Amino acid sequence: MNYGIVSQEQLEQIDVILTEKLIKLGVDCVIIIDMAGNIITARDNGESKYDVYSFAALAAGNFATVDAMAKLVGEQEFSLLFHKGQDSNIHFSKIDDELLLISMFGKDISLGFLRLNVVDVIEKIRKIWNKK
Amino acid sequence: MSFINLKDKVVQVKIVYYGPGRGGKTTNLEYINRTYRKQILSEMVSLKTHGDRTLFFDFLPFDMGQIKGYDIKIQLYTVPGQVKYNATRKLVLRGVDGLVFVADAMEKQREKNIRSLNQLHENLQSYKESIFKIPLVMQYNKVDLKEHGIPILPIEVLQKDLNSRLQVPYFEASALTGYNVAATLKKIISSTVVSIQKKLL
Repeated sequence: MNYGIVSQEQLEQIDVILTEKLIKLGVDCVIIIDMAGNIITARDNGESKYDVYSFAALAAGNFATVDAMAKLVGEQEFSLLFHKGQDSNIHFSKIDDELLLISMFGKDISLGFLRLNVVDVIEKIRKIWNKK
Repeated sequence: MSFINLKDKVVQVKIVYYGPGRGGKTTNLEYINRTYRKQILSEMVSLKTHGDRTLFFDFLPFDMGQIKGYDIKIQLYTVPGQVKYNATRKLVLRGVDGLVFVADAMEKQREKNIRSLNQLHENLQSYKESIFKIPLVMQYNKVDLKEHGIPILPIEVLQKDLNSRLQVPYFEASALTGYNVAATLKKIISSTVVSIQKKLL
């Protein structure tokens, strides 16, 4: 798959989906990254001040590590990760072999509700991606 | 592969410092971080062991300004140099656009440099990249040790060992004092940006 360049139109469509489905739900910040640690797009609620570039590098490393662990225990992959904190949480979900969706959210959102929306978002993004 | 965002007009470039353990890769980044603090918006990220050895990678992002209306964001990474960490080294190399090979100029490290370069060659192949094609700069680090009476390999030997087939730009350097650290960085940034431009045209 050629993911190196995404058209402006595709990015705009993806940004709308992220805003409608996740930011409006109350998610603080959503990032799509590739496995090399590049940011494809990032959306936030206007209040969060995360260093998204460092975050992307660490998240790609984190996911790659977990992927290697999965292989060690005989799994094809662990397609999602969840880190729980006192006030904020991070949810990682694989879009495809190259892309990762990361949502950072506080304690007001239930994990189940977020996951439902993430599944929906990923399906929609895949469709946009495959249109190329 | 560099990622180009046509909407926000941003190009992200991944440059990896590679080389044998205790060769000065992290020290290169630390020097850059100190010297160009004003241009660097975020903190340097270092994933290291208690003994200060790199465990996974160091990461340092900075803005280089604009080329043809596109913001160039340079992302510097190092790999862990220790022999046993090749799996993590490979992970860091994913999507690399340009490489600096930091060789240790100390006489006793001669073999380790060669072994590390050979492994880089293999690791790149696993991503279908070629060491002969990817932008690469050689840095012969620790030349300052000569003044302290520590045996250093002559530049001719280093060139013959590491650069006789590759024929890439090279610098004698001292990451600790900063000698040629910026020159190495400038060279690899310009080679990488040119190579990305060529791919796009």
